[in-house]
Amino acid sequence: MKKALIALEDGTVFEGRAFAGHGEVFGELVFNTSMTGYQEILTDPSYNGQIVTLTYPLIGNYGINDEDIESWKPHAAGLVVGECSRIASNFRKTKSLPEYLIKGRILGVDHVDTRAITLHIRSLGAMKCVMSTDDLDPQSLVQKAKNSPGLVGRDLSTEVSTTKRYTWTDPGHGFDAPTRVAPQRFKVAALDCGMKRNQLRIMARLGCAVDVFPATSSSAEILASQPDGFFVSNGPGDPSAVPQMVQLVKDVIGTGVPTFGICFGHQLLGQAFGGKTYKLKFGHRGGNQPVMDLTTRKVEITSQNHGFAVDIASLPPEVETTHINLNDQTSEGMRHTKLPVFSVQYHPEAAPGPHDAAYLFPRFIKLMEDHPRR
Amino acid sequence: MPKRTDIKKIMIIGSGPIVIGQACEFDYSGTQACKALREEGYEVVLINSNPATIMTDPETADRTYVEPITPEAVAKIIAKERPQALLPTLGGQTALNTAVKVAESGVLEKYGVELIGANVQVIRRAEERELFKAAMEQAGLECLKSRQVTSLDQVRAVGEELGFPIIIRPSFTLGGTGGGVAKNMEELLAICEGGLKASMVHEVLLEESVWGWKEFELEVMRDRKDNVVIICSIENLDPMGVHTGDSITVAPAQTLTDAEYQKMRDGAIAVMKAIGVETGGSNVQFAINPQNGRMVVIEMNPRVSRSSALASKATGFPIAKIAAKLAVGYTLDELPNDITRETPACFEPTLDYCVVKVPRFAFEKFAGSDPHLGVSMKSVGETMAIGKNFKEALQKALRGLEIGVDGLDLKCEKRVDISKLEDLLARPTPDRLFALKVALKQGWSLEKIFEVSFVDPWFVDNIAQIIEMEQRLLDAPKDRALKKELLREAKEMGFSDRQIAALRGPDVSHLDIRKERLAAGIKPVYRLVDTCAGEFEAYTPYYYSSYAERDNSRHTDRPKVIILGSGPNRIGQGIEFDYCCVHTVQALRKLGYEAIMVNSNPETVSTDYDTSDKLYFEPLTFEDVMNIYENEKPIGVVVQMGGQTPLNLAVPLQQAGVPILGTSSDSIDIAEDRKRCAKLLNDLGIRQPESGTAMSIDEALEVARKIGFPVMIRPSYVLGGRAMMVAYNENELVPFTYAAFAASPGFPVLIDRYLDRAVEIDVDVVCDSTEVYIGGVQQHVEQAGIHSGDSACCTPPHSLDPKLITEVEEACRKMALALKVKGLMNVQLAAKDGVFYVLEINPRASRTVPYLSKATGVPLAKWAARISIGQTLKEIMAGHKPVTPTWKAVKEVVLPFNRFAGVDPILGPEMKSTGEVMGIDSCFELAYWKGQIAAGQHLPDEGTVFLSARDADKEWMIEIGTELVQLGFQLVATEGTAKALAARNVPTSVVSKVSDHKGGTVLDLMHGNGIQMIINTPSGPISLVDEVRIRAEAILRSLPIVTTESGARATVACIRYMRTHDWDVKALQDYFPDYGE
Repeated sequence: MKKALIALEDGTVFEGRAFAGHGEVFGELVFNTSMTGYQEILTDPSYNGQIVTLTYPLIGNYGINDEDIESWKPHAAGLVVGECSRIASNFRKTKSLPEYLIKGRILGVDHVDTRAITLHIRSLGAMKCVMSTDDLDPQSLVQKAKNSPGLVGRDLSTEVSTTKRYTWTDPGHGFDAPTRVAPQRFKVAALDCGMKRNQLRIMARLGCAVDVFPATSSSAEILASQPDGFFVSNGPGDPSAVPQMVQLVKDVIGTGVPTFGICFGHQLLGQAFGGKTYKLKFGHRGGNQPVMDLTTRKVEITSQNHGFAVDIASLPPEVETTHINLNDQTSEGMRHTKLPVFSVQYHPEAAPGPHDAAYLFPRFIKLMEDHPRR
Repeated sequence: MPKRTDIKKIMIIGSGPIVIGQACEFDYSGTQACKALREEGYEVVLINSNPATIMTDPETADRTYVEPITPEAVAKIIAKERPQALLPTLGGQTALNTAVKVAESGVLEKYGVELIGANVQVIRRAEERELFKAAMEQAGLECLKSRQVTSLDQVRAVGEELGFPIIIRPSFTLGGTGGGVAKNMEELLAICEGGLKASMVHEVLLEESVWGWKEFELEVMRDRKDNVVIICSIENLDPMGVHTGDSITVAPAQTLTDAEYQKMRDGAIAVMKAIGVETGGSNVQFAINPQNGRMVVIEMNPRVSRSSALASKATGFPIAKIAAKLAVGYTLDELPNDITRETPACFEPTLDYCVVKVPRFAFEKFAGSDPHLGVSMKSVGETMAIGKNFKEALQKALRGLEIGVDGLDLKCEKRVDISKLEDLLARPTPDRLFALKVALKQGWSLEKIFEVSFVDPWFVDNIAQIIEMEQRLLDAPKDRALKKELLREAKEMGFSDRQIAALRGPDVSHLDIRKERLAAGIKPVYRLVDTCAGEFEAYTPYYYSSYAERDNSRHTDRPKVIILGSGPNRIGQGIEFDYCCVHTVQALRKLGYEAIMVNSNPETVSTDYDTSDKLYFEPLTFEDVMNIYENEKPIGVVVQMGGQTPLNLAVPLQQAGVPILGTSSDSIDIAEDRKRCAKLLNDLGIRQPESGTAMSIDEALEVARKIGFPVMIRPSYVLGGRAMMVAYNENELVPFTYAAFAASPGFPVLIDRYLDRAVEIDVDVVCDSTEVYIGGVQQHVEQAGIHSGDSACCTPPHSLDPKLITEVEEACRKMALALKVKGLMNVQLAAKDGVFYVLEINPRASRTVPYLSKATGVPLAKWAARISIGQTLKEIMAGHKPVTPTWKAVKEVVLPFNRFAGVDPILGPEMKSTGEVMGIDSCFELAYWKGQIAAGQHLPDEGTVFLSARDADKEWMIEIGTELVQLGFQLVATEGTAKALAARNVPTSVVSKVSDHKGGTVLDLMHGNGIQMIINTPSGPISLVDEVRIRAEAILRSLPIVTTESGARATVACIRYMRTHDWDVKALQDYFPDYGE
C-alpha cells in the first residue's frame, strides 16, 4: 500500500497508508466521534470540502450496502481512519469500503494515529489540510495546505445541491423500512443546501410529498409551488457565504408558511432572523451530543455535524432558544414566537446516530396542521 | 431534580461471597455506591457477608454488618437501623432476590422503608419470563418463542411443541445455574429436573434455540426524568449458546451498521421503559440472526451487573456511582462527567480503542467435569485489555490471562487436538479461540469456519492477520535483527516480546527482543481512557498502552510507587489480593505518594479509576510492567500484595534493576525454595514435617518409605494446591506422583509426612524487620490436609491450648525476623498432640488478611504498605489501641460444585473454593452457624440425616450419630455404617447401595425430600461411584453436606447451640469503635 502524508496548515504532518485511491486532496480536517455510520457520514453532503477523521479506529468492518446512503455519492474529500478492515462482514453488504471509496474517487488513508489528530484539532481547531500519496515532501505539502482556500466565506452548498427540482415520496425501504406510512396530505417545499435523504424519507413517511429545490432557486419559485410547509436542509460550509440564500429564507418565512430548518438550515434561519453565526473551534461531529429541550428539560442524545453555530446573544427577542448543547451551551434549537418557524442545529433524522430527536418531524407536521395554507 | 431530602439513611445489600456468576464486580459497584451516597450526605447501612471486600471496610459505610445475606438478617438490621430506603440494585442477583423476599415478608411496609432503584414490580417484570415477554410484546419488541413450565409433564408437552434444540433457563438463579441446551426429549427432561430445583420459584423457561446467532449487550442508564443513555455496546465473539460470562466479548460492537445499532439502541430504551426501571443502570441482551438481521431481545437485568462493571472499565463511565446518585433523585444532566469535568454525565461515551474481555476457567480443578461451555456460567474470572485494534487488545488479554500463553502464540495451538478440530469449533470449550487459529492454519476458509462455529468472519479474519504476521516473523532472516518496520508492525498487532522471541528461535529470549526493540526506538505510548474519544480534555489518569504515535501520559514530581495487582480472578487468587492492593494504594496516597496501580481485572475496586492516583489497565507481565516502570520511574514497585502473580515478577524485575519495596527478593526466595526454607527452620529450631524431594517415581517411593505413610505430595511452582494429594500407601503414591510431575513438568516433587487428623493453623504477621505484630492466629475447622483456602477457620482459635498459641506466635516472630520481612507474612502450621510443625511460609499478603482485618479491626495490609516505604511498626502503632476480642469470627468457604455436574464435591489438598464469608458473634457456635448460613448451607433443625463413613471414621461417626439422635434427628446409613451404629444402640435405618439398583437408596430418599443433611466421608482418595453420586445429588439439591470429622463436630455443636439460643446482628463499627490507622 502506498504511503500517504497528511499535512496541516500549522506545519504538522501525520503519516499513513492509502487504503483506497491515490493522489492529492484538499479540505478542512475535522474529526467525527461516531463509532458506527461511516457510510452515512461519507454520503452526507455536509462534508463537502472536508477531510474526515473517524476517531473510532476500526472502520469498514461491515462494508457498504445499497440502503444506508444519504445522497447519491460520497462527498467528503478524504477519509482518515486507524485501520480499514480487510473484510466486510454483514448480511446487507454489497461492497467493501475501499471499493466504494475508489469508485467515488475519495482518498482513504489508514494506519494513522487518529487520536493524535483529534487531540491536535481539539486544542488548535479545525485546520486546512492536504492529504497526498503523490507529493511526499512534508514542507511542500504544508505550503500547499497553507495556500488552500479553506471553508470560511465559501459557498459549498450550491456545489452539492440538486441542479434540478424534483419531488420525493419514497418513505424508505430495505432494512430500515418504516412499519407505517401515513397517507399523503402535505406538500413541502425543501431548499436543498446539501440535504440528507433521511430527512426526505421521514417526511414522506409522515405523509409529505417533498418538492426539492436547488440552492440557487428564488423565493418566487418556491412560493409558486404553493407549499404547506417550507423545509431548509443541512449543508456544508459557512452560512455567511450565501447571503442570497439567507434572503430567500427570509422572504419565504415572511409569508407565514410553516418552516422547519435543520443544521445549515438552522444557521440560515438564524441569519434570516437577524442573528449572527460564527465558526466553532472544531465543531460538533458525532452521535453522542447531549441536547436539552428547554421546554421539557429533557435531554436527547443527538447526531451532529456542524462547524458553525448561531450566536444565541445575537438573536432578536422574538426568537426563543428552545434547545441548547449541554457540553458547551451553544444554540441547538430555536423558534420564532410570531412566525410558525422552528429549527434545530442537530440532526433529528439521525442516519447516523440516535433517534431521540425524531419527534421534531411530527412537530413540523403539527405546525402545518395548525397553520393551514389552503 | 435535586437529591431527595426525605431520605436520610439508606441500606445497601451486597452480593455476599464470590461465586461463579457473581464475583468482585459487586464489591466495585457497592463500594462506588457507598462512596457516592455518603458524598451526598446520606448515612449508609450495609449488609455483606464477604469480609474480603472493600465495601465492608468499616470506613466505607457508616454502619457495616458482616452478616449472612438473608431476609431475616436484613429484617433485623432494618429494625435496628430504621433506614428510610433500601437500594437493592448494586449487589447482584443476591441483593435483588433478598430484597424481593424482604418486601414480600411485609418488613419494608412495617418499617416504612422504600425500595429505591427498582421496586418489586420492576424486578418481577424483568425476572419472570411470562411478565417479561408480555412487557416486550407490548413494547413492540420481538422475543424468543418460549413457554414457562413448572412440572416435568409440562416439559414434555412444550418440548414437542417448540421442537429441538431447546434452551432451558430456570427463573431466579445466579448466572444461569441449572440451565442448558437439549437436543432431544431425554436431555430436556434431565436438564429440567435440575433446573426446576435450581430455580428459587421452581420454574423453568423452555425456549426456541438461537444457537449461533450474533450476541450483543447494551448497558443502559435511565433517570427519573426519563433521560436514557447507552453507556456501552458489547459484541460477543462467541455467538449465542455460550453464557456471556464465559464468552470472549468486545466493546464496542464491531459488526453492526449504524441502522442496526440504532434499532438495538431503540430496543434497549423501549425495554427500560416497558420494564419500568425508573432509575439506574440495566443491561439488555440481544441476539441477531446473521443471515437476515432479525433481532430479538434475550433478557435484561434491572440492576448493575458483571457487564456493567466491564462497561464502566471499558468506557470510563462510573455506572454504579451514577446509578446510586440517580436512585436518590438526581437526573443525568445534573451530574458531571468526572473524566471531562466540564461536560455532564448525560451523554453516551464514545471509544477510540477496542476492548476485549477473555474469561478464565478452572476446569482442571474439577476432575471429570465436562469442559463444554453452555448457558450455565463456568468461568471463575476474567481479564480485559485495551488496544488500538482488536488484534492488539485480544493478544494483550491472552497474555494477561496467565494460562501459559504469551498471546495467540504457538503454545496455544498445543491445546488443540487437530483430529477433533471440527468438534472443537462446533461445541465451544475454553480453547475454541485456539481451535480457530489452528483451523485457519489448516487452511479452513472463513466461510467454512463460520458454518461450523458461527463466529463472525470479521473476528476470524483478524485472527488470520495475526497468523500472517506470525509467519512473517518466522520467515524473517534469523541471522540479523528484525527489520524495524516489521517489528513495529508486530507490536502494533499486540505481539509480546516473548511471543516474538519464540518465533525467532529457541535461543532467543524475550530480553533479546526487548533490547532490539528499544534500540529501534519502539516502545508503547500511553493513551487515556476518556469517555469521549479525545473530544474534550480528560482529567482522570486512566491509561492503556498502545503502539501509536502520541503519548498522553502526564507526570508529576511526587514520589511514585507502582502497585502490581493480581490479574484475573482464579481459584486460589481472588478478591482478597485486590483488597490488599487497594489498601496499599490508600495507605500510600495518604502519605503523599503517587500510587500507581497496574491490573488487568475489570471486576475489581483496584481498577476503579479513582482508587489510585494513576491506573494502568495492563497485563501483569514482565514486558508490560517494565514499560510502565520506565514511563513512570517510581521509587519502587510493591509485589507482595497481589498474590502469586506479582510475586513471580519480583526476581525478573529486580534483575532488570527495578527496586522491589518491602521484603527483599532474596527473603522471598528463601521462603519459596523448599530447601532453603528447610534450612532456615532447622537453624531456628522450628519443627517441620519430615520431607524429601523426588525427580522420579523411584525416588518418590524411596522418600515415602523413609518418612512413612501417609505422605503429602506437592508439585513445585503451583497455585492453590494444584495436583496436591495425600497418599496412604505405595499403590496410591505412584499415580499421584505422576500427576504431580505432569502439573509441573521438569521440577521436583516434594513429599512430606502427612499429619493425619492434625489441626491446621494459619498465622498472619506484619513485620518491619526488627519488630513483629501478630495479626492473628486462625484455627482451621477442617483438619490439616484440606487446603487452607477450602477450610473454615476461627479467630481467636476456638479450641487451641493457650500455651500452644503462645509457642506458635513466638515461632512466627522468629521466622519473620530471620527473613527480615518488611510487610506481611503468612505461616501455615499443623499441630498434633500438642506439638506444632511449620508447613509453609509465604512472605506476602495472604488470602486471610482481609478476613483477619475485619475480625480484629486492624488494617494489616495498610500497615504493611507503610512499612514497605520505610515506616516502622513503632511509628505505625503509636496511636493504636489494642483490642482484646471478646468474640469469635469464623471464615467459611463457598464451593462451586453446583456448576460442575457430576464432580465429586469433596475437599482435599487442592483448593476448589471461589469465595468466603465471615460469621462474627460472641461464641464459636454462633459465629460458625452464621458462616454456614452465609455460605448457603442451611443447617436443619429436624428431619433425617444420612451418615456414611469409611472404617477409619466409624468411631467418631458413632459419636456424631448419637448426638444427632439426642437432638431428635432420624438417621439413615449404608449397611456398614448402620451396622456400626446399631452395635452401639444408635437407631438407624439402612438404605441399599445405589450401585445395587434395588431401589430404596439414599438417592430415592433425596428425590422424595426425605433427607435434610449428609455426613459422608470419602472412602479413600479415589471415591467410589456410589458416594460421588450421593454427594453430587446433595449439591444439586442444595443439601448441607459435611465430609470431614471436624466439620461434622462443629455442625452438630451448632445445631445444639441454636436450639437454645437466638441470634442477633451487630455492626463492625460496634465491634471496633476506635477503628482506624
